[in-house]
Amino acid sequence: MAYEPLLLRNIAKPGSETIDISLASGGYQGLRRVLKELTPEKFLEEVKAAGLRGRGGAGFPTGMKWSFLPKTRDKPRYLCVNADESEPGTFKDRLLIERDPHLVLEGIILSCFAIESRRAFFYIRGEFHKGARIFARAVEEAYARGFLGKNILGSGYDLEVTIYRGAGAYICGEETALLESLEGKRGLPRIKPPFPAIVGLYGCPTIINNVETLANVTLIAERGAAWYAGIGRPPKNTGPKLYCVSGHVKRPGVYEAALGIPLMELINERAGGMLHADRPLKAVIPGGSSMRILPAAKCDVLMDFDSLVAAGSMLGSAGVVVMDQSTCMVGALLNLAGFYAHESCGQCTPCREGTGWFVKILTRLERGEGRAEDVDLLIDVASRVEGNTICPFGEAIAWPIDSYVKTFRAEFEAHVTRRGCPKGAAAFEVNAMSGTGH
Amino acid sequence: MTMPVRPETDRKIDDLKASFPYPGSALLPALHAIQEEKGFISTESMEYVAGKIGVAPAFVAGVVSFYTMFQQKPVGRHHIQICRTLPCALRGAAAIRDHLVRRLGIRVGETTPDGRFSLVEVECLGTCDTAPICQINDEEHGHLDAARVDALLESLR
Ligand SMILES: Cc1cc2nc3c(=O)[nH]c(=O)nc-3n(C[C@H](O)[C@H](O)[C@H](O)COP(=O)(O)O)c2cc1C
Ligand code: SF4
Ligand code: FES
Repeated sequence: MAYEPLLLRNIAKPGSETIDISLASGGYQGLRRVLKELTPEKFLEEVKAAGLRGRGGAGFPTGMKWSFLPKTRDKPRYLCVNADESEPGTFKDRLLIERDPHLVLEGIILSCFAIESRRAFFYIRGEFHKGARIFARAVEEAYARGFLGKNILGSGYDLEVTIYRGAGAYICGEETALLESLEGKRGLPRIKPPFPAIVGLYGCPTIINNVETLANVTLIAERGAAWYAGIGRPPKNTGPKLYCVSGHVKRPGVYEAALGIPLMELINERAGGMLHADRPLKAVIPGGSSMRILPAAKCDVLMDFDSLVAAGSMLGSAGVVVMDQSTCMVGALLNLAGFYAHESCGQCTPCREGTGWFVKILTRLERGEGRAEDVDLLIDVASRVEGNTICPFGEAIAWPIDSYVKTFRAEFEAHVTRRGCPKGAAAFEVNAMSGTGH
Repeated sequence: MTMPVRPETDRKIDDLKASFPYPGSALLPALHAIQEEKGFISTESMEYVAGKIGVAPAFVAGVVSFYTMFQQKPVGRHHIQICRTLPCALRGAAAIRDHLVRRLGIRVGETTPDGRFSLVEVECLGTCDTAPICQINDEEHGHLDAARVDALLESLR
């Protein structure tokens, strides 16, 4: 049976970003139902029962995160929407923001109601100029129709939504760096605990959720927890999911499926198969550049949170980067090392120095100046970064380093013995700007 | 001190300050507004905005240098930002960059002498499905090949 899209149900319609198209397809009906029939606690219970897990990277259960808020009401509470979408290989939130902003906005209103927040901030990466404009218009439309502002739909509930543009820094997608940035500072991750649910924006209790997570909240409000919990692979991997497929496939794009679609079905059926008929699959990054790589032999895997952990990687941001046999793994890793070296915020020595070392070692391997001990040196440095940093950025580079080297060790060693890249992969060279840090 | 920005921008920054629970939050949007007006953020602008928001000029300088979108010197009228990250690299981003370098006669990080074009490499722009891509000022251009790049450059005066 063909999969009927839920998150992407509107995107092909002309004017899909307008409130009229949203209303015509049942938009804001879920909000009406919840505001009329449920208390915040009851709706929070529904989100828990639906089994929704965060779509931003870690897969943390959303209802549980919300329940970590303090029981007291002496301070305002904030919802910060993470629309920073900067993990290489990820472009799903952007599609929702540009093509169905009301699906996201309704989810924001519902979530704020559940956590009893009266102010939400929509933190969107600065490069998304078009997305910011479209979302701003959606917010205006929602105010005009009484879905935002004072006394929403006569319920007595008030909410204000403010759009906040980032300015070019991957690290601001990390939730505490995002809060710092929203406070008008450099995006330096905070030491946890305290967790944002207790001490977040302006020192107040704060929830940070991903754009796609919030769009899922709208679906739960529309059709109920029991329906939602039946999608995907219950009980722990429920709901629809957006997968971003890029790299060496015929049709790169965002594809929606129930959580747990087989990776090979995603590549071969949805994305049209490999780009070149004569170049078979070599490896796949299943969840954005920070996740461990899967060699072709391990790609018979289901694309859900728990199946990918069992396969030795993670669903992450669901950025599926497909590489064919022409790809040099040393070059690919050098490219990513350049990214992480540029984006490290520089607070922790292992991360700041480690990312610089990775670029240096991989550059000399690629240039044919590598030494036999360099291959193990990469693994050793990665092991010193992992677990020794303020934020998970350390793992985000340590995992690729460790997994590419261990999975494709012979290829790394060949760069030493054959004095350079057998593929002559200049395509992956790190540019002059990388490795400068902030 | 004379005000380095237009009165509208000055008023906009006042409004921004009032719109957040904590005025410091106005700094990023204020810097965006200044850059929109002037094309870059000068030392003078930093001192001005520091005074408006009530933080030290050195603090503003730290913020400006942290975020890659804030320019500290003028860029070309058409600021070409070519993506270099893996999904684009797999689809030939380096060849596009080299083509741009040849066509423009400048290196990455430079501006043409007539001030028309500047070229920088940036990290993943969150549009990898149209790789290889570049952003020129606020707009994206995907599915690049040499012919498309040439046509683009032609169309930009
Ligand atoms: C380095 C780094 C970058 C991140 N970037 C993003 C991002 O761009 N978007 C996002 O939603 N989450 C990102 N996250 C995850 C957030 O910290 C946070 O867990 C997430 O927004 C929570 O939302 P969720 O519970 O709805 O998934 C990033 C985490 C790290 C460590
Ligand atoms: S791990 Fe890296 S990015 Fe994260 S706080 Fe430390 S230096 Fe910054
Ligand atoms: S890698 Fe270029 S847009 Fe993502």
